[in-house]
Amino acid sequence: MSQAYQTDQYEGMISETVSMKGHNGDPILAYVARPLGTGPFPGMVVIHHAPGWDEWYRECARRFAHHGYISISPNLYHRDGHGTPEDVGTKVRAAGGAPDARVLGDLEGAIAWLRGLPNLSGKVGIFGTCSGGRQAFLAGCKLKGLDAVIECWGGRVVMSKEELTPAQPTAPIDFTKDLSAPILGLFGNEDKSPTPEQVNQHEAELKKHGKNYEFHRYDGAGHGFFYYDRAAYRQEQAVDGWKKIWAFLDKNLR
Amino acid sequence: MCTMIAHQVKLEGRGKSGPEWFEVREANVSYDHPYDLPLEHALNIDFVNEAMGPGTRVSVELSVDAARKLLQTIEAVLAQADARGVLEDIPLGAIGSGKA
Repeated sequence: MSQAYQTDQYEGMISETVSMKGHNGDPILAYVARPLGTGPFPGMVVIHHAPGWDEWYRECARRFAHHGYISISPNLYHRDGHGTPEDVGTKVRAAGGAPDARVLGDLEGAIAWLRGLPNLSGKVGIFGTCSGGRQAFLAGCKLKGLDAVIECWGGRVVMSKEELTPAQPTAPIDFTKDLSAPILGLFGNEDKSPTPEQVNQHEAELKKHGKNYEFHRYDGAGHGFFYYDRAAYRQEQAVDGWKKIWAFLDKNLR
Repeated sequence: MCTMIAHQVKLEGRGKSGPEWFEVREANVSYDHPYDLPLEHALNIDFVNEAMGPGTRVSVELSVDAARKLLQTIEAVLAQADARGVLEDIPLGAIGSGKA
């Protein structure tokens, strides 16, 4: 762990639901976890996965806060109605996912929310898993104000023409030249979305454009190997992946 | 979801969600991440009524093998009913909703 702490030190955080301005200025809900204190603290935008804005992402936001980051996780499905995360997630699944333009607007709003805080250090990163990994990469390419991107098993960064839809009209890999921040990518070699071959294409494009990237690929892991509440969880790979995350953020946001 | 393979079909039926039955108007069929089945991807069917909100649904998550067996079984049952001359291929709208 990068944040080695002492048993006699003070710790504290606040976590709560807030309202923020998302795409088109729409008010949407977000979950915020932040360390207590005047800081200054770096910020993190935490993007929930396709199945929904669920408990794992609240815990994830608190984990970033525990490590000294003011974290905000916007509900990217806010306009799709309210209910349990599963209920709303199945609705969005049926619709083929959230539209990229709206997601980018919401993420831009989350970055602006962080940048409006008096105790932000000035550095902001973004983290996402699954579809959120794809959206983190997309944000790194299309939005300003990011200093680090963490993409965990972003499916459909590489998309065939047949996969393009009005809601997701461009394959994110086509925006690689616009990536404006260092990127850390974590992938399982047994994943089917993205496949190792798609990760190869993703990496080749980053290399081609001279981007600052760091990819780690894990044997014995498939999709979602951080999810300790799923059969996909892989303890050894997940622990190492988190170590890579803390080291990457120490380097780029501190 | 990560595959985004999803189709919706408009249909007529009833579903039970909790203690109450509701009017099913759509079925969302996807091959994507399930919520509870311990597989990376599954054949998911959500019987819903969009007008009644996201909480009104009956869901199943099936392995590919289970989905194929279900499909074959539905076809077999319909074929058997047809062969016995008891298949009532009448749109629900033609006989009213059945509700007061």
